Amino acid sequence: MRETLALTAFINVRLIDPATGYDGPGEVLIGGGEVLAAGPNALAGGFDADTVVIDGDGHALMPGLVDLRVSCGEPGSEHRETIKTVGRAAVAGGVTTIVMQPDTNPVIDDAALVDFVLRRGRDRSLARMVPAGALTKGLDGQTMAEIGLMAEAGAALFSNGSRAISDSRVMRRLLSYATGFDALVSVRPEDPWLSKGGCMNEGELAARLGVPSIPAAAEHIYAQRDLALAELTGGRLLLDMISSAGTLPSLARAKEKGLDVSASVSIHNLTLNETDVGDYRTFAKLSPPLRSEEDRIALIDAVRSGLVDIIVSGHDPRPAEEKRLPFDEASFGASALEILLPAALTLWHEGSIELIDLVRAMTQKPADLLDMGMGRLTPGAPADLILVDLGYPFIFDADTMRSKCKNSPYDGRRMQGRVLETWVGGAKVFDVETGFLH
Amino acid sequence: MQIVDSTPLARAPFRHRHLLQISDLNRLEALDLLARAEAYIPFTKGRVKKLDTLKGRTLVNLFFENSTRTQSSFELAGKRMGADVVNMSVKSSSVAKGETLLDTAATLNAMHPDLLVVRHGSSGAAQLLARKVECSVINAGDGQHEHPTQALLDALTMKSAFGHVDGLTVAICGDVLHSRVARSNVTLLTMLGARVRLIGPPTLMPSDVDRWGADVFHDMREGLRDVDVAMMLRLQLERMAGGFVPSPREYFWFYGLDADKLALAAPGVKIMHPGPMNRGVEIDSEIADDPQLSLIQTQVEMGVALRMAVLEALSAHGSNIGVLE
Repeated sequence: MRETLALTAFINVRLIDPATGYDGPGEVLIGGGEVLAAGPNALAGGFDADTVVIDGDGHALMPGLVDLRVSCGEPGSEHRETIKTVGRAAVAGGVTTIVMQPDTNPVIDDAALVDFVLRRGRDRSLARMVPAGALTKGLDGQTMAEIGLMAEAGAALFSNGSRAISDSRVMRRLLSYATGFDALVSVRPEDPWLSKGGCMNEGELAARLGVPSIPAAAEHIYAQRDLALAELTGGRLLLDMISSAGTLPSLARAKEKGLDVSASVSIHNLTLNETDVGDYRTFAKLSPPLRSEEDRIALIDAVRSGLVDIIVSGHDPRPAEEKRLPFDEASFGASALEILLPAALTLWHEGSIELIDLVRAMTQKPADLLDMGMGRLTPGAPADLILVDLGYPFIFDADTMRSKCKNSPYDGRRMQGRVLETWVGGAKVFDVETGFLH
Repeated sequence: MQIVDSTPLARAPFRHRHLLQISDLNRLEALDLLARAEAYIPFTKGRVKKLDTLKGRTLVNLFFENSTRTQSSFELAGKRMGADVVNMSVKSSSVAKGETLLDTAATLNAMHPDLLVVRHGSSGAAQLLARKVECSVINAGDGQHEHPTQALLDALTMKSAFGHVDGLTVAICGDVLHSRVARSNVTLLTMLGARVRLIGPPTLMPSDVDRWGADVFHDMREGLRDVDVAMMLRLQLERMAGGFVPSPREYFWFYGLDADKLALAAPGVKIMHPGPMNRGVEIDSEIADDPQLSLIQTQVEMGVALRMAVLEALSAHGSNIGVLE
């Protein structure tokens, strides 16, 4: 009953609500795990004496981030990351919902494993955790997995991890079959043969470093194929982490045709480029690879225009023993949940994008792709909120990360913006002063 | 036993020399065949099941694919009509030794059969044969194209159960993509005034299936709502191993007919299946064996009467020596 609910009011905050486009002073009232009211005068009618009042001191209050691309080590590789540590890293970074990739051991290709991740996430993760189901059994790229049963069990979307589905007929049938359940199919567009053995962007730098490289065409070819198959089947396609400017025209054409297609970009590809590889820094060895500065600028423009729909962390924690190796032997991947927000905010601080558009690409839009109600401050939405000091300057020290693995190409960078408080389902789970609250 | 033509339609001679596909027929011709068949139903239940309508004629069953019920149904129909019936199956024929379809046709033609019933794994095989032989050809299933006598016997079954086909809502469920039964049935049932729905996963639907004049459903519960007939199609086991459908258990969960899903259908709903059934994959045994629900045995029974009618209608074109009687 409403009367018995513990109410919390946030006052004196800069409210950022991508659903309404509002960015300005305001107030928010939450209770029962939901947003009850939000807006410039949401508390104009006053509030009960026992309402907990939080004075935001003018800091930004926005929906918690929704990250559709997170790898976790559990089950199978708990030395990389567990469901508990990934949840802590997430809420410390302002991410309140994570979609976990299916490339665990065992692969999440069965309804029972979807259920396992959901339960384990509820028990151990501070952030909301939903698994992506595997598109193919064991990610073999050949045998369709039980998409319908996993969708019923609660899989958020379907993905083949970073493994390509090279058989176009299999890809066609997957997209087609998924339409029966209105399921979102997320695929990494990368030709496995063109990229085989490659470690970084193909270009002058890779040539000088003598490092095997991955041409941008590897992405163009598969993106075009998958867009064509989405048109053929009517499937819902998410191009997962595009990295190259050359992919954008085909994406734009597909959207103009009215296809149900979308694309994500990793925060790394928006804020770093191939020169960050420098002298063989394996922490900048990422998949997709960091591309040229022209690619990076084009991707920022595409996020601003909405052509690229969402920004993801691409969180892929790798222990030191996988990274402290010669460049071509090191693993791909970086731990990224905790730098997603500050790295994204650098784009706003440097004037590349409006704050509201940036936030929308990490909150409302990914939530909409999942058909989930979070990512907005609309009454009735889950009270997943973050209070952010947008201007806080700091030098990023990867050793302070909560993730089990501290591999980050941003180590030592000057950044601005940090999360002060994170609320999930109406409960505070993280406070920058006191740490985790559960 | 005297066969009495029950309608004036049935007295008109049948226009076609072959029965290759439903789309060759018009509504009146289809009704004519059904009326002729209806007249044979009491006969097939009688004590003496032999007529001399086709006495002296030769019927060849040429089956390139294994079939038990269709082949024996044609064989029985031919024998009851008084014809001499020869069964040729691929394993005992020279096709296995590398002979082409047209070589086989020429060989057979030289033996002067009057009626040739053919089943072949390639779409269009019956048409090809019909152009090369001088007798009547009946398509008993060609690839993924048509199986016209199955559709006609299905319509006859519905008519016997409901008294009419016109106005019925019929759901055809399962592997529509590979089904010749579905193609023939959509054409025939639509022609006869039934409303047809197709239910199945998108991977088992042909592209542009929505232009067939039937409503397409991927949600079986939605598709079964208020239907009078649920016609299940066989899903071959090798298509359930991750190519078209992830697994038999997922298929049964979403597209298998069970009492729970069937509860949404119209009162008095009937179940049909062209056979052979995969119990526990496309249909729950509980339903398949329920005499109140199932018309599956009736379909087999109607099959013989319908095929007798087809043989009779086509035999009006005379024998292979080209002389009309």
